[in-house]
Amino acid sequence: MIDVIDLTKRYGSLTVLDHITETIHEGERIAIIGPSGSGKSTFLRCLNCMEDPTSGSIIFEGTDLADMKVNINIHRRHMGMVFQQFNLFHNKTVLDNITLAPLLIALRASRRQRFTAFWKRLLGKPTPDVKTHAQLKAEKEAQAHTLLRRIGLEEKASVYPSTLSGGQKQRVAIARAMAMNPKVMLFDEPTSALDPEMVGEVLELIRQLADDGMTMVIVTHEMGFAREVASRVFFMAGGVIMEQGTPEEIFDHPKCDRLQDFLSKVI
Amino acid sequence: MDGFARFIKKWDAFLHTLIDDGGYNWVLEGLRNTLLIAVVGLILGILIGTVIAMVEVMPKYKRLPRVLNKVCHAYVAFFRGTPIVVQLLVGYFVLRPMLGLNLSALGSCMLIFGMNSGAYVSEIMRGGINSVDPGQLEAGRAVGLGYWTAMLKIVVPQAVKNILPTIGNEFIALVKDTSIVSFVGATDLYVAFKYIGTNNYEFMVPYLVMALIYIVLVLLITLGIRLMERSLNKSDRRH
Ligand SMILES: Nc1ncnc2c1ncn2[C@@H]1O[C@H](COP(=O)(O)OP(=O)(O)OP(=O)(O)O)[C@@H](O)[C@H]1O
Ligand SMILES: [Mg+2]
Repeated sequence: MIDVIDLTKRYGSLTVLDHITETIHEGERIAIIGPSGSGKSTFLRCLNCMEDPTSGSIIFEGTDLADMKVNINIHRRHMGMVFQQFNLFHNKTVLDNITLAPLLIALRASRRQRFTAFWKRLLGKPTPDVKTHAQLKAEKEAQAHTLLRRIGLEEKASVYPSTLSGGQKQRVAIARAMAMNPKVMLFDEPTSALDPEMVGEVLELIRQLADDGMTMVIVTHEMGFAREVASRVFFMAGGVIMEQGTPEEIFDHPKCDRLQDFLSKVI
Repeated sequence: MDGFARFIKKWDAFLHTLIDDGGYNWVLEGLRNTLLIAVVGLILGILIGTVIAMVEVMPKYKRLPRVLNKVCHAYVAFFRGTPIVVQLLVGYFVLRPMLGLNLSALGSCMLIFGMNSGAYVSEIMRGGINSVDPGQLEAGRAVGLGYWTAMLKIVVPQAVKNILPTIGNEFIALVKDTSIVSFVGATDLYVAFKYIGTNNYEFMVPYLVMALIYIVLVLLITLGIRLMERSLNKSDRRH
């Protein structure tokens, strides 16, 4: 699904990702672990080109996202991203946070359809029905309500994010990403900014997504969670994926010294 | 009490011109124009300033944003670096006939004041945009919105809220600066009161009243901004 080919990322003279080649398949749940500064976030952010790779390719469903001529916005819609700091839109209600992008995109598409329908009608050809603004809005809001029900926050639809707890914010952020019907979800330390008592509710939601077969890549410091949910674990250090394997291989039979050392410190 | 008696006489003469001779028509027209120039100027200024600010904070690794940025810098440097009177005179007496624009004095004033204000608002707006957490833009881009869409839908509204008090000051500055539009023959508050004064060759009372009107205007605007700020903050906390 995502082919990372010879990915390198430099900031000035600092090489953060060093010639990484890796394939992420559909249905995989990849956990990325590793010490601070090893390039985990940078790797994740290169997957949807939030950071542009210095060199190399990110082939997502046959398109090289690293190619600057590609319209990245279209492809990002299929890749949900969840941030450590939630990054909910402060100026939008919970419902609007979820519907903003799907609605804007649908409206733009319907405007284009209406435009072509107009010419077809002039030429006397049959015209397809184009949904109105109100119909699309109702549709997207219904979808958002379904998502909110699923994360147990339906009664919060009309509040602003500033009134939510950290755990609630992150669940809404996940719902916002899910509203795009992404093919893959990218999580960057989704529970690191949370108070301990709220970590559970967020991990539980991510676990549900995993059970539904969502392809996901999670950067995490929650080793227990990685072990339980991941189908494959990457250990990153010094800008490369130093070791990878099933959770059993990584956590129970680590091969390289760096990983053994890392695990002895975090567990 | 000779001085006081003389003042009362002047006051009577002023009232006579203002009310019996229809001087209030000038005042109303002047007030309307003053506010019109300031309001249209501010709206134009916010539009221009927002565009400039968005260009200035754009990532610069492509060529087009770099070129646009240079243009915006030159624009801001010009409008901040020359007196507004000069901009008004050049705009009205040089550019307007040269470009063959069919603009009234009032229209020209709105345009020039808007363009001038745009330069100042762009700096305010840039500060406002920079005060918004970069994560907001990132989140917008991550759900597939383009740079401009994400800026306009998410970042700029938050920036505007942060800079509302400063924009209010810009509006007040504009209201005050409009008192120079008589240079190109537009009728504003100052011109109205000058007419009234000329009627009796007596300027003390008209200019005193004019000053009071400006003060009241500024106080009202200040109050309006206070109220707007409060209602915005409320929407933030609404459950
Ligand atoms: N925009 C940037 N400019 C310069 N250097 C950067 C930038 N972003 C990241 N880096 C550097 O790249 C390296 C890797 O950063 P990255 O955030 O990917 O690490 P990480 O593995 O996610 O660490 P952590 O566990 O602390 O989140 C760090 O040394 C960091 O200082
Ligand atoms: Mg990180």
